[in-house]
Amino acid sequence: MISVPNTLKISLRALRVNKMRSSLTMLGIVIGVAAVIAMLAIGSGARQRVSDEIASMGSNLIIVFSGSTSSGGARMGSGTDPTLSMDDVEAIRRECPAVEDVAAIHSGSAQVIYGNQNWSTGIMGTMPSILQINAWEVAEGKPFTPQDVKYATKVCMLGKTVADELFGALDPVGKIVRIKKVPFRVLGVLGKKGQTMTGQDQDDVVYVPITTAQKKLFGTAIPGMIRFMMVKARSVDDLDPAQQQITDLLRQRHRIGPDQDDDFTVKNLTQMMQVAVKLADIMTLLLGAIASISLLVGGIGIMNIMLVSVTERTREIGIRIAVGAKTWDIRLQFIIEAVTLSLIGGSLGIFIGQTGSILVARFANLPIIVSPLSIMLAFGFSAGVGIFFGFYPAYKASLLNPIDALRYE
Amino acid sequence: MENHASALIQVRNLTRTYSLGETSIHALDTISLSIDKGEFVSIMGPSGSGKSTFMNIVGCLDTPTSGSYFLEGVDVSRLRRDELAEIRNKKIGFVFQGFNLLPRTPAIENVELPMLYNGTSARERREKALEALRIVGLDDRIDHHPNQLSGGQQQRLAIARAISNSPSIIMADEPTGNLDTKTSAEIMELFVRLNAESHITMVLVTHEPDIAAHARRLIRFLDGEIISDERNNVT
Repeated sequence: MISVPNTLKISLRALRVNKMRSSLTMLGIVIGVAAVIAMLAIGSGARQRVSDEIASMGSNLIIVFSGSTSSGGARMGSGTDPTLSMDDVEAIRRECPAVEDVAAIHSGSAQVIYGNQNWSTGIMGTMPSILQINAWEVAEGKPFTPQDVKYATKVCMLGKTVADELFGALDPVGKIVRIKKVPFRVLGVLGKKGQTMTGQDQDDVVYVPITTAQKKLFGTAIPGMIRFMMVKARSVDDLDPAQQQITDLLRQRHRIGPDQDDDFTVKNLTQMMQVAVKLADIMTLLLGAIASISLLVGGIGIMNIMLVSVTERTREIGIRIAVGAKTWDIRLQFIIEAVTLSLIGGSLGIFIGQTGSILVARFANLPIIVSPLSIMLAFGFSAGVGIFFGFYPAYKASLLNPIDALRYE
Repeated sequence: MENHASALIQVRNLTRTYSLGETSIHALDTISLSIDKGEFVSIMGPSGSGKSTFMNIVGCLDTPTSGSYFLEGVDVSRLRRDELAEIRNKKIGFVFQGFNLLPRTPAIENVELPMLYNGTSARERREKALEALRIVGLDDRIDHHPNQLSGGQQQRLAIARAISNSPSIIMADEPTGNLDTKTSAEIMELFVRLNAESHITMVLVTHEPDIAAHARRLIRFLDGEIISDERNNVT
């Protein structure tokens, strides 16, 4: 059996003889591999961007709703029966290790008046921790403090939309607005948050201390009850433990027996993220599949050229067989030749694909990710293409009859 | 017929039939003969006489339809493709009318070619190839490509390739067919010398009587049969 280095030497010599032809054949693989690498990089970049965006919205968020009321058999939906209390909020903050922060929310809607301007908007009674939980920024002024919550002071923060509608170009900080005829001092304005995925304006809201909302604006049947709370888990991995800890704690605090249903609902935002990421994955797959077609075409190009090469070199093959080359000696020679073509093409393709991805990343502002896996995949794939499309020509060459091959002109 | 000890090639009732559609052609029709080690045999005959078919079978490039072929006492008539390749590699050196050298490949590598397929080490390959090139007088041309050599030099290179692996037989098929008279004479001298000095068995196919006359034994073929087998003392 001939050794692989010797075969490689023969193959390289044969490829050098037809430089133009070898380069053009390689070009097919170069384009195919570059396309696969670039498409996978762009696809995974898009995936990364989607999940980054969701993460910035607070992917570690858990929402705990009060239980639903049923009125004559019609269930009224989550939060209609306030079963959660401010004490529950404190208990969760204190006793659930997977929880980073909690903000209780008691909300409603009302007309806000400043001077001769008025605006109907959502009023969210909450706690200062809501800012950290949602990673919201205060654009002007300052936020209200735990003291404001403790003493139910009449202060508020405005969403950007509300501030624009009521104050226009004026600076709202320090001004007095009226909500349900109660005067509130504006402490600050939040930075612009834009719309949610469902199109709601996240800036069309006024934030007040939750205790103020409960006492002055939207009274509750039992004092100190809240509609829902937002909980931030310490990390994405802590989401499931946090949900479990909250559920266990609340069942215990609410004295719910083992076969009774919860009087609250715990939800998180990971599902939304999973759907979006799945979509990005499908897109990556689609792009990769389209790019793979060009790799396939490149492979067929290799096969085509190898078949021509076998025919052209019939006499050479005849000589080799006559002096003792066995079936696999001949096969190996042509397979290695095809693999050499596809691997050189593949390496160039990886380089071009990577360079292209970096350029796209710069211009399209996408976080392009060229993963080592996709490079290994492309390398392995192009070797595979060489073996697959080289095999038939090699097989054909190895079965030549030496007597006829030696007479071939 | 018995195997006697010195018989290198022994064929018995060798028949090779080609089927062309419904008719079949007997290219060789029950041939029996033996060639001893160290002999120099010429085979003559018009085209279609079966001499090429005989050469192909004796050279292990083809297998007979029926009959047996013992090469150094081993029946090679029923061997598989790769087993035949091994026999050719070890025991047979070929010299063709059209030289059949690898183009764009240095002379030395052409000579090394048979050894490339039997696991000879690179160093030993080089040594043996250099020795073969020295024997044929081309040791000053080791890096030349075949297209840089004259016809006679190319044929000598082919002979160097044939002897590089120390075969038992050299099968030469019209080795002087493409050469002028003077060069033909040189090539024939080389064959005679190899036969005399290295005791390599020579089997030579030709249609030129003065080339055939270099051999000590002349076998004539016609219509797939041997019509004469005579020994002479001309050398």
